[in-house]
Amino acid sequence: MDLISIRDINKKQVEEILDSATAIAKNEKKIDLKGKILATLFFEPSTRTKLSFQSAAMRAGMTYIDFLPELSSLKKGESFADTIRTVEGYADILAVRHAKEGAARLAADMSKKPVINGGDGGNQHPTQTLIDLFSIKMIKKKIAGLNVTLLGDLKHARTMRSLVYGLAMFGANITLISPQGLEMDPNYLKEVEKKFGLNVKIAHEPNLADADVLYVCRIQAERFADPYEAQSIMKKFRVKKEDLKDAKEDLAILHPLPKINEIDPEIDKMPQARYFEQAHYGVPLRMAVIDYILRN
Amino acid sequence: MLNIEPIEKGTVIDHIKAGMGAKVLKIMGIGDDYQYRVALVMHAPSKKMGEKDIVKIAERIITEKEANIVALVSPGATINIIKNSKVEKKYVVSLPEKLDGIGTCPNPNCITNSEGDTKKTFIKENEDEYRCYYCERLFKAKELV
Repeated sequence: MDLISIRDINKKQVEEILDSATAIAKNEKKIDLKGKILATLFFEPSTRTKLSFQSAAMRAGMTYIDFLPELSSLKKGESFADTIRTVEGYADILAVRHAKEGAARLAADMSKKPVINGGDGGNQHPTQTLIDLFSIKMIKKKIAGLNVTLLGDLKHARTMRSLVYGLAMFGANITLISPQGLEMDPNYLKEVEKKFGLNVKIAHEPNLADADVLYVCRIQAERFADPYEAQSIMKKFRVKKEDLKDAKEDLAILHPLPKINEIDPEIDKMPQARYFEQAHYGVPLRMAVIDYILRN
Repeated sequence: MLNIEPIEKGTVIDHIKAGMGAKVLKIMGIGDDYQYRVALVMHAPSKKMGEKDIVKIAERIITEKEANIVALVSPGATINIIKNSKVEKKYVVSLPEKLDGIGTCPNPNCITNSEGDTKKTFIKENEDEYRCYYCERLFKAKELV
């Protein structure tokens, strides 16, 4: 089995992975994958995804090998497909990140070994979605019925699209807030609505009084055709302490990170800021994912 | 009505959406270097459609793959396979459930547009929409050609 898109797995499978990650995080479950090798092939920069995959592998008793594009035969003109065909012979499971959308699916087609998508352009990042759902479940003890506000560049952020899918799967109430012109694709919302039903509100100004979870993402400047437009939106777009004055005391603020300017650093010190805890949940969640895939 | 003489062997594509006939010829690779008779009638009167295009191509039998691509630009077109001056086979093209190795993903950032030998694959999702198997984006059928 591969994990390329959140569309590839159903609610029962997600629940099994989240339950396993919960047991791992609480030290109630040990994963022993001694002798197995994870290959991390990241053709694009990454801090959290790559390191937490490697950490997860080691904590699960595995070893990892790391492909570094700048020091590889890519520099001699080797294709992506040939790179995958080669590395699959060196490992038991591959984690792949690439700027081109569909690259992980192509890798899965090429490789007899399982492939996990670590992010393909603006398309999918399924383990991030699972971490987001896992974080909400760990912090709030449930997902169904929660009021979750998604704030940021909803047009370009793959994290946000996939999260809407995951939240709808579990029956959360979703509010979408974005700067003008950076709204989520209405066709995507229709698709999710058709599949799960969708309780969604769309706004342009934050009103956080009812929110249980505030999920913020950065303006994806690298995906803008006009860098000036991206810069001008980034200057205006920032969550400040006063925006939280009406918020619930137990509001959980999440962010896939990296954060740039979109959250006032003063918020980092507030108890509602849970994004570093969220990043740490990447390890048990990815342990659970690797274990689930190697068993299936 | 223009009169075009019948062909002995080849393909007649009728009921093409008005204005799409030239695109159908392009899809079939019929260009300046084609050696046999080709007729393109544009905006012909049609009881059913109001206006339609018709294409007649001598000596060329349309393949199933080509017929599927015709469906992308003009669903409902009628294919007539002519042999010995008779209609040997007649069928209406419809959008297939899956397109294998046909069309191009309009998303410039899709891996299929940079890894040249990747087989383009699209899965039909709605009446006239396909999802790229690789980049997962949804497109109108006519955008794929």
